Amino acid sequence: MKKHLLSIDDVTADDIAALFETAAEMHDVQRREVKKLPALRGRTVINLFFEDSTRTRSSFEIAGKWLSADVINLSAKGSSTSKGESLRDTVLTVTAMGIDGLVMRHSASGAAQQVSEWIDVPVINAGDGTHEHPTQALLDAYTLTRRLGSLEGRHVVIVGDLTHSRVFRSNVKALTKLGARVTVVAPPTLMPSGIGTWSADAGFGTSYDLDAVLPTADAVMMLRVQKERMSGGYFPSPREYTVGYGLTRDRLGVLREGAPILHPGPMNRGLEISADAADAIDSMVLDQVSAGVAVRMAVLYHLLAGEDQK
Amino acid sequence: MSSPDTPAGDGRVVLDADDVSRALTRISHEILERNKGAEDLLLLGLHTRGVPLARRIAERIESVEGTSVAVGSLDVTMYRDDLRSHPTRAPHKTSLPAGGIDGKTVVLVDDVLYSGRTIRAALDALSDLGRPAAVRLAVLVDRGHRELPIRADHVGKNLPTARSEKVRVRLAETDGGDSVSIFGSPAGTAGGEVR
Repeated sequence: MKKHLLSIDDVTADDIAALFETAAEMHDVQRREVKKLPALRGRTVINLFFEDSTRTRSSFEIAGKWLSADVINLSAKGSSTSKGESLRDTVLTVTAMGIDGLVMRHSASGAAQQVSEWIDVPVINAGDGTHEHPTQALLDAYTLTRRLGSLEGRHVVIVGDLTHSRVFRSNVKALTKLGARVTVVAPPTLMPSGIGTWSADAGFGTSYDLDAVLPTADAVMMLRVQKERMSGGYFPSPREYTVGYGLTRDRLGVLREGAPILHPGPMNRGLEISADAADAIDSMVLDQVSAGVAVRMAVLYHLLAGEDQK
Repeated sequence: MSSPDTPAGDGRVVLDADDVSRALTRISHEILERNKGAEDLLLLGLHTRGVPLARRIAERIESVEGTSVAVGSLDVTMYRDDLRSHPTRAPHKTSLPAGGIDGKTVVLVDDVLYSGRTIRAALDALSDLGRPAAVRLAVLVDRGHRELPIRADHVGKNLPTARSEKVRVRLAETDGGDSVSIFGSPAGTAGGEVR
């Protein structure tokens, strides 16, 4: 495995298999009375979050603590970043304290990559702008694998605001790497420009018509419509978005029996996902959250527990 | 998982399939005698070859006592003290019977006892899993050279070795046949883990 996890491009299909194997064991630890493994004892991980996050940050924090690492959370609010310190200085400062790993989220695409060139410790990208969110994609793929078995030849439909989604970018890479067929669906205004060049890749397609795609889906992943986009002129009204691209009760009936429903959260109930879908028996939303801890434990373990890499 | 240095040729066979079988039968009887029956017994195999050995011992105990014996497997990867000196590898499955280990007499089962570091890691892992009434250790081969104050309760064969020698245990379940061999100086062959 590479030293950093900045993008799904950093892991091979074999790496993903090893991560999933580890995550499965970590999942068992989650159910134990003593949720503690000594693998990262004496190691210090900093969660450096320049953007708001509840589940990703707490998930990384729990993952680190269950592996016995010392985990410190730093958010941009209240840090010296708000006093005008540059990203480089902030990162060099926390690294100089003697940390062993850096988990970071930043609003700028490529921030994690940039930081990995400045410092000597493994960097894990917890979301950079509209670029990537690799651990989210890994936990989504892990959740799907647990449910469906091998993803080879499976059809996964990803629906929502693709233009502003790092989750979808990482997911397309991870799922196609595991052999799945991925169709992404969005209104034309939220379809990223230049996505046509991706379509050449085997097993990837785009569509504007959710109803045409849904019947062949083995799994469907709904993406959050970010509140700030609702007034951005990307679609006429929230109601119209729901009619065209929401997972409504009617569409639930079109889905194949037992097809899992995923959502990275936080959900806008009634907008991109109806309460019926969110609470459906096939909704994997909470499985994703619990898988999130297991997969992040696996990532921290493989990046930080072994011998140091150059 | 591949062994870092696997010796060439067959080495010197010190236990053949019949010897392995007899050793396991004896260990099974010893465990029963020591435990005064099969009650509250849990055989916990250490990955990789301890797991099939634990199953075989359980089968023998069952055929003698006529009652079933709980068997589980334990992976100690994350408890090892040499984690930082190798690239990481995915842990194996740790599986415990439904009742867990609390109050049980846990017999750890492994193929070769050498430095004792694996057993140290296993004892740490056990304390995170619960509180057994007692922990004992059964090994197919004790090759000496302990680095920690650990000894086995049940030993299939005491095998005096030099540190430069390698011991290879092959089992039908993992390697297509039962044998224990010693190799003089390391070179390269397939099948069987060498320690």
